[in-house]
Amino acid sequence: MWQGVSSRERTDGGNGRPTGQWRRLKWLLRSPRAAVGVAILAGAIVMSLGAGSFAPHDPVKASLQHRLEPPSSEFPLGTDWIGRCLLSRLIYGMRLTLFVGLVTVALGGGVGVALGLLAGFYGPRIEMVIMRATDLLLAFPYFLLTIVLVAVLGANLTNAVIAIAVWTAPHYIRLVRAAVLSVKAREFVEAARALGRADHGILLRHVFPNCLPPILVQSSTFCAQNMLMLASLSFLGLGAQPPSPELGAMLGAGRTYLRAAPQVVAVPAVGILVGVLGFNFLGDALRDLLDPRAGTRV
Amino acid sequence: MQLAQYVLKRLGAMVLLLLGITFIVFCLMYLAPGDVTLMLVPNVPSHEQAEILRKQFALDQPLLVRYGRFLAGVLHGDLGISWIDRRPVVPQVLDALSYTLRLASVSLLLSIAVGLIAGIVSAVRHRSLVDETIMTVCLLGISAPVFVTGLLLIYLFSYRLGWFPTSGAGSWRHLVLPAVTLASFLVAYNARMMRSCMLEVLGQEYVRTARAKGLKEVVVVGRHALRNALLPMVTVVGLQVGLLLGGSVITETVFAYPGIGQLVVSAIAARDTPVVQGCVLLTAGGFILVNLIVDILYGGIDPRVRLT
Repeated sequence: MWQGVSSRERTDGGNGRPTGQWRRLKWLLRSPRAAVGVAILAGAIVMSLGAGSFAPHDPVKASLQHRLEPPSSEFPLGTDWIGRCLLSRLIYGMRLTLFVGLVTVALGGGVGVALGLLAGFYGPRIEMVIMRATDLLLAFPYFLLTIVLVAVLGANLTNAVIAIAVWTAPHYIRLVRAAVLSVKAREFVEAARALGRADHGILLRHVFPNCLPPILVQSSTFCAQNMLMLASLSFLGLGAQPPSPELGAMLGAGRTYLRAAPQVVAVPAVGILVGVLGFNFLGDALRDLLDPRAGTRV
Repeated sequence: MQLAQYVLKRLGAMVLLLLGITFIVFCLMYLAPGDVTLMLVPNVPSHEQAEILRKQFALDQPLLVRYGRFLAGVLHGDLGISWIDRRPVVPQVLDALSYTLRLASVSLLLSIAVGLIAGIVSAVRHRSLVDETIMTVCLLGISAPVFVTGLLLIYLFSYRLGWFPTSGAGSWRHLVLPAVTLASFLVAYNARMMRSCMLEVLGQEYVRTARAKGLKEVVVVGRHALRNALLPMVTVVGLQVGLLLGGSVITETVFAYPGIGQLVVSAIAARDTPVVQGCVLLTAGGFILVNLIVDILYGGIDPRVRLT
């Protein structure tokens, strides 16, 4: 029964005016950016699931007689410097990028949410320890921590994923802790406590669900963010290693051919841009929908 | 009196953070697998040579002793010598930093100017076609990796038009493309923040009052709203220094620009711990210091904010 109270609070989005919510939802559906974002992501997911049947060639198979060819019927987007099909590499590269974006957010976000809940809900001692560690990680200039971690662990895809997840977690800790602190002060938590519910029950069934909206918005943005970070690491030679069709690595290795065969650079560049854009569009739309102050914020 | 106390407290926290950061990086470099001595000389060193190298760079000492020596050096303004080219670290890092500061300050100014104007226009024409267009372009800017923007600019303005050099540093022409690349990323952030701050302020009572007094819209937006909307932007710009330093790592690599971003990447790859530590200390210190200054400024600009 008390759960009912807490879930009604949630659907009201805090302003208690269902009409406003509907108007927002309608605006969201009319917003071209949101529609484009959802379309891009749906397309990318379909492409990734059926990569084997969509890709016309093996993404790592070289054919030296077809080097740096412009688009043709056999190679719809042309070939790279050792004759690999750029379309096939793009499709597999998108799949890899999408996968890494989701996995790093699941890993880093999962740990971050758990620690954030602990820090916000339980006593000041645990909060002190977690938040000091968070402050320390967040004080690293953007990108530096990830580069050092990868360089030390060894430059490959797995370590890049670990490093990006480590970078992701503190951002979630801070967000979730702040959300918990504000939710914890609401009446339904007090009511649950008065009814004698155990701490972890209150935390999981009342506090956590009410922290979900900001977590969702942040997850979408961080998928985009982390896809960019993987591409950047690979561009520097610190992420996925050749011949893996990773978009950043393709750009990093292909940029010597920028003048001679721009498609070698353009194809992965557009791939990264479109994928990241999809998540950013979605994140923006989600923010407008879930933030009670939607419409007055970005 | 209160301010002095606050600054002291924050400086203390800054020292602790820097200790933590440098220690973490130090440990990571220490834990990296493989024998560093093998990477320091071009040929495989003989057993005796390796011993001499280890002695020279104190590699035979335990971790904490080496970190202690590093700290003692920092207190004397000495960061040791590079393991690779045996040059002192301090001038090397400062030299690279001066290049990065030149690049970063130009792009920061550029991004503030363009971002604020775009954000204000977007907020004033809220939910119009202009607003949607600006916001879409901004999302594009945020979604484009720095190296994609950089390579696009090189292709257009160096290869096609031949206006600017593709790489290197020295004249103002070398600075244009990297600065625009870095700025394009920040413009988007600034415009989005400015728009949301402005929208928030435009909904306030005093703006309605100003309008009710019959003031012109230009005065309402430019005088009454803008001043208040600019306040949170001070904090945003402070945080961007961190983004700038990160973004400059890639930008400098794309344009072969001899800044601190490129230095730190090559030093990490070469396992050159003293140079890495120097770069980390300087960039992290600068980042934290700028944010301290921003917070103090904020207290000065906005009397409602109390520093605690």
